[in-house]
Amino acid sequence: MAQIRLANVTKRFGSHAALDDLSLEIADGEFFVLLGPTGAGKTTTLRLIAGLEKPDAGTIEIGEQDARHWSAAERDVALVFQYYSLYPRYTVRQNLAFPLKSRVRNYSQAEIDARIARAAKTLRIEHLLERKTDRLSGGEMQRVSIGRAIVRDPRAFLMDEPLSNLDAKLREALRAELKELQMKLRGTFLFVTHDQIEAMSMGDKVGVLNQGKIVQVGTPNEIYNRPKNTFVASFVGSPTMNLIAAEMSERRLVAMSGKLQLPAPGQTGQGPVTIGIRSEDIRVGPQEPFDASVHDIENHGVEKIVTLRVEGQVFRATVPAALALKIDAPVKFGFNVEKLHCFNAAGERI
Amino acid sequence: MAEIVLRDIEKFFGPAYVIRKLNLTIRHKEFVVLLGPSGCGKTTTLRAIAGLEEIDSGDILIDGEPVQRLEAGDRDIAFVFQLYALYPHLTAYENIAFPLRATRESQASVDAKVRQVARSLQVEHLLNKRPAALAGGDMQRVAIGRALVRRPKAMLMDEPIGALDAKLREEMRTELKRLHLENGSTTVYVTHDQVEAMSLADRIAIMNDGVLQQVGTPDDVYHRPANLFVAQFVGSPVMNIAPAVLATDGNATRVALGGGPGFEFPAQLAGRIARIAAASSGVTLGIRPEGVLISLTETPGHIPVDAHLIEPLGAYDIVDLKIGPQLVRARTPSGFVARAGDRVWARLDPAKTHFFDAETGNSLHTGSGDGAN
Repeated sequence: MAQIRLANVTKRFGSHAALDDLSLEIADGEFFVLLGPTGAGKTTTLRLIAGLEKPDAGTIEIGEQDARHWSAAERDVALVFQYYSLYPRYTVRQNLAFPLKSRVRNYSQAEIDARIARAAKTLRIEHLLERKTDRLSGGEMQRVSIGRAIVRDPRAFLMDEPLSNLDAKLREALRAELKELQMKLRGTFLFVTHDQIEAMSMGDKVGVLNQGKIVQVGTPNEIYNRPKNTFVASFVGSPTMNLIAAEMSERRLVAMSGKLQLPAPGQTGQGPVTIGIRSEDIRVGPQEPFDASVHDIENHGVEKIVTLRVEGQVFRATVPAALALKIDAPVKFGFNVEKLHCFNAAGERI
Repeated sequence: MAEIVLRDIEKFFGPAYVIRKLNLTIRHKEFVVLLGPSGCGKTTTLRAIAGLEEIDSGDILIDGEPVQRLEAGDRDIAFVFQLYALYPHLTAYENIAFPLRATRESQASVDAKVRQVARSLQVEHLLNKRPAALAGGDMQRVAIGRALVRRPKAMLMDEPIGALDAKLREEMRTELKRLHLENGSTTVYVTHDQVEAMSLADRIAIMNDGVLQQVGTPDDVYHRPANLFVAQFVGSPVMNIAPAVLATDGNATRVALGGGPGFEFPAQLAGRIARIAAASSGVTLGIRPEGVLISLTETPGHIPVDAHLIEPLGAYDIVDLKIGPQLVRARTPSGFVARAGDRVWARLDPAKTHFFDAETGNSLHTGSGDGAN
């Protein structure tokens, strides 16, 4: 397996810069998730590494070697796409054998059989080997696609939203399976997704991409608990982090027409700021200091998400499922002040 | 008043049924969500209510009147689709006003109605814009405005926010719910997203393969699922299920998953579970991740297990435990189990444990899960 490094990569399509001076390092054996909204440049990054696109500027290294002039085949990375590109008339075994039959590899039949058996066992598709791929379910097809990537020992695995077309239950199962597979193979994985839950749950590292630029790279914990700006803050986490306009003066934060007054945690300064607070860091109960009314209640089974309203401004709090609440009734709320985030007028963390 | 009654609805495409013997009453002012995977018949059901789809047998009654013979336009029902279906050459104002243009209302009355709807949907400042100049969420607001402006008896919505991004979907969920509170129109809403169903519905009707599986409040379907399909379709992460082996010795009942070690269950459950086990061909245990309780130290009543994998989701972690041959997911506070591979001690909360008939998948109603609130 190999390390991957992109330095100052720019890629333009016409006048539009899909990637803008992007630098990124994926360590050998790391599960790296590239997370961002549609159009952020995730797929372009992946295609540049795979050799399916050429950068306009910047360098791409694979295994500490300059890979810019290598063909896609020479880069020897395995791709898994959102749409399983399997040969429909072939059996699962034939599909798995395909990447091994290339003349450059020259594997013996015994070696091919052994590799297929090993991949099939890892992905628990041994019982499907003789079946034609058009007779498989979506989850089985995606397992076969992954199988086709792991039968050979590529330098890295590049996966482009491989779970997006599957139903929720299967997605959850494959999430754990992929993570387990990566740990077993000790492989370098680059996984592209717009789904923050996939990024949080699988990534050793998460790179958040927006408009062709890397906004933040960190562990899931860092991304969630110390978002670098309001974009990361509101892209990661569900419900979305509450962002509330406030005014900082001396060591106090004042928001919601003065109804909300808080000590500014650690910072000093003057002027407009944005307070960020996650729904699980807002408490609701009779002993809390601030007044609000209940705007909406969502029952999520394990917990409730309640939307509170103060002075026409709404924000969300996660409360225990058993807490009795009524729409438009008054409630008291408070903050877990240590979990308060503060962003300046430009949206950067302070 | 608008009460919608579906009585023995059936619909076939050739020999294959799309809807089978569907009975459902949507009460006046109620918000009912039809929930199910793609192809389960939920959209066909909605379209049948709207009059956009014929049914092969059964009755659809609106306020007691059979409506099958009425044209879609005569049913006084408004429909909102996933894709906005706005007139591109008309402004937001004209799009909302459109359904009123065919009526003989005065210009002043039309204007008042359009503005009132626009205010409640917060699109007043966008009324002069054409759809192409609007963001996705605003387009859908205008589409909803067009549906609401006639004050229809009932609103039918087919995945109206499915095409929006996650953040906007959250906001629109709240807006739709508030709007329903204000307008009180009877609403039938179709989605495949259980989070949407749980957060919006007064009652959820869950369908699979054209067959209605369960109708109940969000609390009912979450805490008292009628069968394995409902149990695993509602809730995220998905409810853990595993074949269970029940053994009673003296006062204690032990429940083993697969071939794994047994969890202790209270004595009062013992008799009931044993009787059920004897009567059925096999028992499947179901437990949601929040019902799997973990201790970091050896604790009586807990069994030692390995934390196989940790999925940090920010607000909490999902820890995959290896219990015998089974993978069981537990929900813990963030960072509770430090590392994958750690040894922990687990037990199953009896109040949150469900038992199902392994063959039919139906709940055995041991009542054990009923206390889960």
